[in-house]
Amino acid sequence: MTSAPHRFALIQRVLHWLMAVCVLAMLFIGVGMVSTVAPKYLPLILVHKTTGFILLVLVLIRLALRLHYGAPPLPADLSKTMKLGAGLSHQLLYGLMIVMPLLGIGMLWAAAYPVILYGGIRIPALLPQSDLMHTLLWNAHVYVGFAFFALVLLHLAAGLFHALIRRDGVFASMSLLPLRDRGTQTK
Amino acid sequence: MNQGKLPRSGLGSLVLIAAVLGGGAAAFAYTAGWLSPERLTPERMIAALTPPSGPPLGHRRNHAKGICFTGTFEANGNGAELSKARVFERGAYPALGRFNLGTADPNAVDATVRVRGLGLQIAAADGEEWRMALINPPVFAVSTPQAFHELLIASGKKDPEAMKSFIQANPEFAAFAAWAKTAPWTTSYAEDFYNGLNSFIFTDAKGGERAVRWSLVPMAKGVPVSQADLEKRGPDFLEQEIVERVRTAGPQRWTMVTTVADPGDPTADPSKAWPENRRKVEVGTLIVQRIEPERDGPCRDINFDPTVLPQGIRVSDDPFPAARSSVYRKSYDLRAAEARDYPRTETAKP
Repeated sequence: MTSAPHRFALIQRVLHWLMAVCVLAMLFIGVGMVSTVAPKYLPLILVHKTTGFILLVLVLIRLALRLHYGAPPLPADLSKTMKLGAGLSHQLLYGLMIVMPLLGIGMLWAAAYPVILYGGIRIPALLPQSDLMHTLLWNAHVYVGFAFFALVLLHLAAGLFHALIRRDGVFASMSLLPLRDRGTQTK
Repeated sequence: MNQGKLPRSGLGSLVLIAAVLGGGAAAFAYTAGWLSPERLTPERMIAALTPPSGPPLGHRRNHAKGICFTGTFEANGNGAELSKARVFERGAYPALGRFNLGTADPNAVDATVRVRGLGLQIAAADGEEWRMALINPPVFAVSTPQAFHELLIASGKKDPEAMKSFIQANPEFAAFAAWAKTAPWTTSYAEDFYNGLNSFIFTDAKGGERAVRWSLVPMAKGVPVSQADLEKRGPDFLEQEIVERVRTAGPQRWTMVTTVADPGDPTADPSKAWPENRRKVEVGTLIVQRIEPERDGPCRDINFDPTVLPQGIRVSDDPFPAARSSVYRKSYDLRAAEARDYPRTETAKP
């Protein structure tokens, strides 16, 4: 009764994996679309803009859920450095998930492009055209995007490290399906 | 789990993790085109557009020389039958645009540039925008963006054989070449025809679809002039002339004519004209009321990306609008970042 939950709430886990798929797709679509002049450029950029907007809404919901439900504690035998790294990387991931769509939409506004999502939904501009602002936001979107991909890979490596090597229940706390490992077995 | 096997499974797991990371990074690099130097990227297209003397810093990477205009698009209502786009409903809509020359040199001598263009943005009442960039030849030079890249490479080479073998490989170039050689020059942006060339799909209120192209037909009568005579007028004659013409003769007008394709007409290839007898619908009039230098003018900040379309118009199987959108975006990113190389003279816009 008094023990902390071993897993994230179902809605948190569902959102995590849904967003994981979308974020990975966004990173790949992002670098793919800007390197082509083929007709697929247009559908890719439409999907990128639309998914980016949806992800911005989802991350805010997810942040609220995280503040409401909290997170299961990390294993007691995890070193302080690892715990610090986990905490920082998760905060950074949240930050990037919020910042990336804002940089993206901001750079479109600053270039005086109309922002039109799937289905013809138009997002009104909140920034005026500005060469300087566009350049700053565009560079930030690109380079923060690369950092985001690196962090996603690190996060994936850490998850697999917990799942395959430490088998300490950390991966199971976020997995959609119950996993048999030390963490769940010793419940 | 067998204790004796743990180290090996631990090692296997490490290898697996490394493989996932390496595979992910490699897939990312591949998607970004870093492993495919032969991919036609917007960067490669812009590199091919760039003259040996270097890029026109702060300017568009092509059609770099131009002058802004503002005015009105007066829709006569005839277009509403073809497309549900609001700009075709009878009424007046703000227009903003740019007369330009098809060159990467913002200081080019007017008489040395065969292709002239017009960038246009029409705004509907609810803020929806329609952007386009038209040029004066009746057909595009080539059938595909790939071929356009090859044309840029071939025409940039000193070796005369390069153009010869390009023309052999791309026979569609003949129609454009014939126009370039024989079509009369004019001494005014106001006397030129501007053709969209690319095919788009109009959707009407009932959901009916048709492939169309459109043109701006000048109301000013064209006075043919030889290239040599135009050259004598001076390097920037066209800009001086349009300023003077609008100042003294008042607004300049073009009729927007949309041409509706018959089934089977080549929509994917802007180098192929459609037969003359295709249905033509006059949808409105572009009225150019005010000319402003580009440096501080309203067209400077606009990327005339032909895929910025209102509801009721969408791209067709023509591969050019997507390619142009991709390359124009890159050109915009570059020139915005280089704004200090092309400084504005006013701090506030009028």
